[in-house]
Amino acid sequence: MKRKLVILGNGMVGHRFAEKVAEYGGTEKFEVTILGEEPRRAYDRVHLSEYFTNRSADSLYLSPSDWYRTNGIRLLLSEPAISVDTVSRKVITSAGTELPFDELVLATGSSAFVPNFEGVDKQGVFVYRTIEDLEKIMSYAKQVSKVAVLGGGLLGLEAAKAVLDMGKESHVVEFASRLMPRQLDEAASSVLKSKIESLGVRIHLNRETKQALGETNFQGLEFVDGSVLDVEMLIVSAGIRPRDELAKNSGIEVGQRGGIIVDDELRTNVYGVYAIGEVALHKGMIYGLVAPGYEMAETLAYNLCSPGQKTKSYAGSDLSTKLKLIGVDVASFGDALGQTEHLPIAYTNPRTGVYKKLVLSQDGKKLKGGILVGDADAYSNLLTLYLNNVELPAEPESLIVGTPSEEGSALGSLPDDAKICSCNNVSKGDLLGVIRSGACSDLKGLKECTKSGTGCGGCIPQMNSILKEELRAQGKVVTEHVCEHFKYSRQELFQIAKVKGIRTFEEMIRTHGMGNGCESCKPTVASIIASIYNEPIQKYREIQDTNDKYLANIQRGGTYSVVPRIPGGEITPDKLIVIGQIAKKYDLYCKVTGGQRIDLLGARMDQLPDIWKDLVEEGFESGHAYGKAMRTVKSCVGSTWCRYGVQDSTAFAIRIEERYRGIRAPHKLKSAVSGCIRECAEARGKDFGIIATEKGWNLYVGGNGGVNPKHAILLAADLDEETCVKYIDRFMMFYIRTADKLVRTSAWLEQLEGGIEYLKDVIINDRLGINKMLEEEMDNLVGTYVCEWKDVVDDPEKQKKYKHFINSEDSDPTVRFIEERGQKRPVDWPKKELVSN
Amino acid sequence: MNTTTKEPVWIPVSTVSEFPEDGGVCAKVYGEQIAIFHFSSRNEWFACENKCPHTGDMVLARGMIGDSQGEPKVACPMHKKSFSLRTGACISGEEYSIKTFPVHIEDGTVYIGIESPGTQG
Repeated sequence: MKRKLVILGNGMVGHRFAEKVAEYGGTEKFEVTILGEEPRRAYDRVHLSEYFTNRSADSLYLSPSDWYRTNGIRLLLSEPAISVDTVSRKVITSAGTELPFDELVLATGSSAFVPNFEGVDKQGVFVYRTIEDLEKIMSYAKQVSKVAVLGGGLLGLEAAKAVLDMGKESHVVEFASRLMPRQLDEAASSVLKSKIESLGVRIHLNRETKQALGETNFQGLEFVDGSVLDVEMLIVSAGIRPRDELAKNSGIEVGQRGGIIVDDELRTNVYGVYAIGEVALHKGMIYGLVAPGYEMAETLAYNLCSPGQKTKSYAGSDLSTKLKLIGVDVASFGDALGQTEHLPIAYTNPRTGVYKKLVLSQDGKKLKGGILVGDADAYSNLLTLYLNNVELPAEPESLIVGTPSEEGSALGSLPDDAKICSCNNVSKGDLLGVIRSGACSDLKGLKECTKSGTGCGGCIPQMNSILKEELRAQGKVVTEHVCEHFKYSRQELFQIAKVKGIRTFEEMIRTHGMGNGCESCKPTVASIIASIYNEPIQKYREIQDTNDKYLANIQRGGTYSVVPRIPGGEITPDKLIVIGQIAKKYDLYCKVTGGQRIDLLGARMDQLPDIWKDLVEEGFESGHAYGKAMRTVKSCVGSTWCRYGVQDSTAFAIRIEERYRGIRAPHKLKSAVSGCIRECAEARGKDFGIIATEKGWNLYVGGNGGVNPKHAILLAADLDEETCVKYIDRFMMFYIRTADKLVRTSAWLEQLEGGIEYLKDVIINDRLGINKMLEEEMDNLVGTYVCEWKDVVDDPEKQKKYKHFINSEDSDPTVRFIEERGQKRPVDWPKKELVSN
Repeated sequence: MNTTTKEPVWIPVSTVSEFPEDGGVCAKVYGEQIAIFHFSSRNEWFACENKCPHTGDMVLARGMIGDSQGEPKVACPMHKKSFSLRTGACISGEEYSIKTFPVHIEDGTVYIGIESPGTQG
């Protein structure tokens, strides 16, 4: 007969434990029951704040809905345990069910700690822990405009960002003298504070709360120092308390300050009863992070499922964290605060908001910990050095200042047991094992086979280099296949199209692919054809990505936004008025974009041709905001207006924008021109950027403000305009020809062997002898430009494609707007329950 | 005809020539929005509800069609989740699925099969 294994708690750790039990074959041996208190199955609490924006629990679930059933695990939801009888070995649930057990695992997690000050029970005070909490917060927030978050830790800052995203005034109140006091030192906190404040969150440190103000509804906080914070809602995120009450009432031993005491095998004082995750107290530590909980889950599952063999023991976890808080990278690992004897090296740059600290052993040979704020690119390498106790280079400061050492150089020397993914406990050897077995040959497969990279994702760059290094060592060509329909990379498809003169997707897939194509390869081929022939893309509209297909950006509600070109951001009063009139005529929401243009949102599909017609008649043209194409060129006012400007940046930006308008590329391209080194156009945050010098123009490439912001790198200095344009021609065309699909210039440059020095050699010294060809190709694209909107406006047949219904003149009756701040916006997406069948 | 299964009511929508090759359109059928795809590279026709089951937006007809391991599919333009055009199941591993409808071509006209057209007002 199977033994009975009962798991209390269906949070991230309880779920991981069940997964590991299934993985180790434990369901053969145990009849597994898992109890959850919440109405839904386990979800990703680490990314809870995403719920504020996408309102979808689905994207947070840790497993498909039938996972438990297919693995033979019984899942009871909305049914917490209310008592544990350790003598007759039974759990009683809130529904009165009696569950006998042979082994019991307590994964009951923690609850939010709410400090006990006067008035904390008023309406308008919330905790931040579950999806249900978030729903209550969102619903109450509708009636307030100022919100404070109590607690300046990880979760508190996440909550403050969510508040900001809801369009509310956002405050953070912290008792300690710094933010994230467990992870950051004073200097790091101060850099993070000014970064976060610059985004609009107000931070109040050293504040001890005395009481909550207001009658029945919360109306503000009064602090012990007598000061008052005028807010209408409070989100408490001041730490956690282990949910150990069940254990306490059942004679299971708990620590003085809470937490179920466990040994190195996660055993409590009662035979056959274990505790894991945030409820467990191990060697005096309670871990408020998911990775240690996952480690405990794995250790325990292994021990329970493989009896007789040597058991694993849990040795405690590292408290490393890497997060993106409100768009600011923050990472902390090891003995970050330098609590033991150490040698610190720190680098602070208040101008860029970067702080980096290494905590070294006293002889400077080993890394004991570190902090990174503002730029955490070095994190995964540093963490690997730390976790594996690797001897450091002679000048350890090179790890945080100057040019980072060649990627992989530290990796090659790592032993096979070096840990790469600490969330899922995967070593370099594990990765090499599956690559060598031939089970997978790409990153996606490697993730599926090992789970590495599926937690925080911090190790993905290292996984990538280990994968590529190993494949190369095996003599395999490392290619990125576009998708299942083509065994070629984008670069290879480009060469095929060019050499064979292929002009349609149909011909490409018939001669070099298989199947019917998909949403990956069709737009890739469409982009390649456009980059070679520059025909009006409406000719191939069924293979264009959705935005290119309708020449506008699809937005919530299935409506579109329209962005006319405003080269260099320069616009006459008359043209401004015209845009306003057109927006009024079609009742469009207006917003100035980050690229110095005007976004007109809320257009129904059937309105697009009319809106474009009006714009085109007034002299506007498409801004290509919808395309994987050259978009905006931002500029400052330069020497024509600015007292510091040394060159006419506006004129040059207009020239650049008009030259490259609409050119299709593997990904979107942005540019900017600054009139002096003060960089008001933020040119180094662009795919290519130009900054004026006393002598001419400096050209930078490979920057962007996307997911991983990168500063562009200097390609050439003090150029005259003609040379600068020539270099841009070559750079863009080289990128268009050789980058993989959806790879922006920054990632492309990183992957380019030899990096910027090699690129300089190609662009400036014509190392490959291809510059004449690249320039001619660019001249051809520039010379064949047509406005894509006008192409539709002039053709009634094409306009018909914008009707919502093929058999009716009606527009989409389901599109709905509400008013906000005097303009319209789409209604929120309905909740899942309402949408599904 | 097999009398044990309920024969759908066939509603004419438009002529074949109005449909783009390897693309989709939206039709209004008894007040419902139905996405119809002329999958010409497979020489097949498919129809499904026009609603993205995740966002509720009426956009599936604007999605790109293709195949995954031979299964014909449409990728929703909102977040690129793919749905089987045969069964309506989500191929990208989400719980959502979509309703599908039979398509019939006769004399150059495209018909959609609806089980119960509901009452006409």
